[in-house]
Formats: sequence, structure tokens, C-alpha cells
Amino acid sequence: MKNQILMGLNGDEAVAYATKQVNPDVVAAYPITPQTIIVERFSEYVADGEVDTEFVAVESEHSALSSCIGAAAAGARAFTATAANGLALMWEMTYIASGMRLPIVMAIANRALSGPINIPTDHSDSMGARDSGWIQIYCENSQEVYDASLAAWRIGEHLDVQLPVMVCLDGFTLSHTMENVYTLPDEKVRDFVSERKFIKVEGHMGETELRLNPECPLTMGPLDLQDYYFEHKLQQIDAMKQALKAIPEIDAEYAKISGRSYDFLHPYRMEDTEVAILGLGSTMGTVRYVVDQLREEGVKAGLVKMRVFRPFPVEELIKTVGNVPVLGVLDKAASFGAPGGPLYEEVKTTFYDQPEKPMVVDYIYGLGGRDTSPQMIRGIYENLMGVLERGSVSDRVCFVGVRQ
Amino acid sequence: MSERFPGWRELPKGAVSPKSSIEYKTGDWGVEKPGIDLGRCTQCTLCHFFCPEGAITISEDGHPEVGMDYCKGCGVCAEECPVKCIEMVRKR
Repeated sequence: MKNQILMGLNGDEAVAYATKQVNPDVVAAYPITPQTIIVERFSEYVADGEVDTEFVAVESEHSALSSCIGAAAAGARAFTATAANGLALMWEMTYIASGMRLPIVMAIANRALSGPINIPTDHSDSMGARDSGWIQIYCENSQEVYDASLAAWRIGEHLDVQLPVMVCLDGFTLSHTMENVYTLPDEKVRDFVSERKFIKVEGHMGETELRLNPECPLTMGPLDLQDYYFEHKLQQIDAMKQALKAIPEIDAEYAKISGRSYDFLHPYRMEDTEVAILGLGSTMGTVRYVVDQLREEGVKAGLVKMRVFRPFPVEELIKTVGNVPVLGVLDKAASFGAPGGPLYEEVKTTFYDQPEKPMVVDYIYGLGGRDTSPQMIRGIYENLMGVLERGSVSDRVCFVGVRQ
Repeated sequence: MSERFPGWRELPKGAVSPKSSIEYKTGDWGVEKPGIDLGRCTQCTLCHFFCPEGAITISEDGHPEVGMDYCKGCGVCAEECPVKCIEMVRKR
């Protein structure tokens, strides 16, 4: 941690501070709880002259992302942040940002979607946007939020990727909770993020960078019907595959300057594990605490924290879960009428073709910010041990912490 | 269409139009095309101004001409013609 400054930051402040160090060209945002602090802090940086950013105070989230799309198309580094209904209002623009291959970075302070209206955390907002073509990174603590807020630029702007990135942090649990965060010196961040790089495209006036430039005009995102749309979607699918290669490259580079190593998945005590939990975000800190307790009691418990949900790390997941016989999946979002929560479905899809696969149980928890205590996680492990003993899954989808 | 379309690996990324709108011929979209009775045409040029595609030009002698590379057969010209000398006819 040499040369790093230890700061007391909540998750939102960690985003704002990292973004200040990146010094993006444009920030366009609209305040919504629990993301507001990000934009508040950042607008202070603008007012104090600490950044060169053009701050656009828009009238809605739809306009926030639209402004970022225009700015990014013109070659700017553009940042925004939102949560819940704000993300819902951005909906059509999320697909346009990714379809136009604009590496915008957006922080999502995860919050439950209305209605009924609710402001605490769950993943219904970002999970709803899982098919919008954005890379999604989920953070466990403010340190991860800070680190992801820097790495996101390099990941999205990687020449083989060129996709927008969501940095997801649990509302209040992370966004409003102060933690110790090691921050890099400004010049190290500047060297790491450097300048935005552009891919070359063949426009109708010859080869040029993918950015709007009056000297060599391009038409970006025009009418694209039965004759070309499908090919462009395949390019996005391929870009996500390329991201699976690019993310470890960027993570390795970041580890060199920060001493903090990140991966798609972070396993914990998964050597001889019999019962494991897979999940996203801040809850995984609680799960780790419970795993330590259970290990002391002689239970072979483990966990896998998923940091990158999009692109979904299929091969890495198969390798990391290995031959664990029972796997519980934590879903902080419901998919109404679906076989299970979004993470559960993708985990089961991942293992379907494997000759050896774990028995998988979905645990939908924490909706609308319902507290998730260590006791609750312990209950999940006990339930998983029951599955192990019986050798079969009785309830595929369980709801944890809800009154019956 | 005999034109060879590029595959996804060849296409420019970023949903950049693979060709300009001049080269992007949309004339084959139409089911109908305007049939103009030039004998009754008063050369008012309203069809030229109303055409949403800019596909109707006015010739030197003042008569409208339909560019079939771009005409989508929408029928706006036939609707707007004050003397009803344009009739939409089915393409064969």
C-alpha cells in the first residue's frame, strides 16, 4: 500500500473520488437516492475547479444518459450514475449506448424498483438491465467500488471491447456506509487510465476513428433493418466474449499499480468444500463471516463471490465451483414468473451440460432492503447441508427472510 | 437482390452505416409506385415538396419524375396531388 492514501469514504464518495481522479470530459446526471452523493460530491469537484469536466445538470435520467451518449460519440469520456427508477427511465438509452459501442461508465447504487416505492437496496434495477449490453461489475465494499470505478474505463475502452460499463454498489449498505479505502495518487490514476482510445472504422468517407468528427463524418446508429441489424448484434455478442479476455488483462495491470488483485470470481475456502454459496455484492462479506464460523465448527463451507456478471464467466465458474456437491445461489432480485432468480438461472444453464454438476438451490433474499443477517446465511448453509444429506433438492427456489 | 452483404466480422463496429444514404437504395421496399398522368399534371410541384424521401424531382420541362431507387411507394404524392393525376399502382 506504499504511496496510497487511506481515506474514509462511503461507496458513493469512493465513486466520486475515483471519477475525480479520472477527470472525465463530461458528467451528466440527475440525483436519485441512494446515488445522489456521487453527483453531489462530483459537482463540488467541478465547482472547486478540481476537474476539467463539463457538468451537465439534466432534467431526467433519460437525458443524463442521452447526454453521455452524445458526448461519448463525439469522443469524450462520459460518466453518469443512477439507481432504480432512474435506471428504468434510462431504459431505451442503455441499449443505444451499447449498440453504438460507447464506453460510458455508469455507477448504479442498487436500489429496489418501485412500486410500491422503496429506496433501500436490492438488485432489481441492474438485473433488469442485464440484457442491455453493458458490462456489469458488482462490488462487495467501498474499496472494490473505488477500484472498479477506475478499472471500468479501461475495460470498456479496450479496443476489442468498446462497451459501456456499470459499476454496481449496493445502495446504503455500501453507498452510505463509510469504510477505509486505499486510494492511488492522482498521477498513478492518470497513467493507468491515460487517454481514451478509439477503434478505426470504415466510414463512407474512408477510414476514421469511431467518433464524430466534421473532417471525416460518420453516421452512427442510423436505420439498420433486416439487412444489417443482426450482424451488428453479433458484434456486440462478440465484444462481450472479447471482454472475457480483456478484463483479466486490465485487472493484472491494475494489480501492479495497486497491489489489489481482482478476478471474475473470488472463491473463499473452496478447497474441500461440501456446501457453497455463490452471490453478488455486499452480502458476500456477511457470507464470508459465516463461512469462517462454520469452518471452526467443522462444516466444510465455502463461498464464491461473483464480481463480473456481464460478461458471464461460464468457464471460470465451472472451474471455480469444481466438484462441490451442493451450491446455493443468492439472488437479490426476483424474476416474476421465471423458474428462479436471474443468477440462479444462469448458474444452472452453465452447469447443464457438465457431466459432474452441483445440486443447485436458489435463495431469493433481501428484496427492498430486507436485512440479511449472519443468522439467515447460517440458515441457508443448514438448508444446503440438508440437501447434501438427502442427495436431492426439494425446493428449487427458497425465499429467505420473508414472513410466511 | 444480388448484392453481396458483408458479414459481421467485416462490418464496421459501432453501428456505423456501412454506406451513405445515397448508396442505400430503398426503392425496393415499395409495394406500389406512383403512376403520373403527365397530360393532366399542372406542374404545381406539390408532389416534389411533399415527398418524404425527396424521390420526386422536377425535370427541365417542369414535369415531376419519380426516382425509383428511393421511392418507397408511400402514396403521399397521390394523396396531395390537387388534380389527382397521380395514381398508386401495384408493382409487378
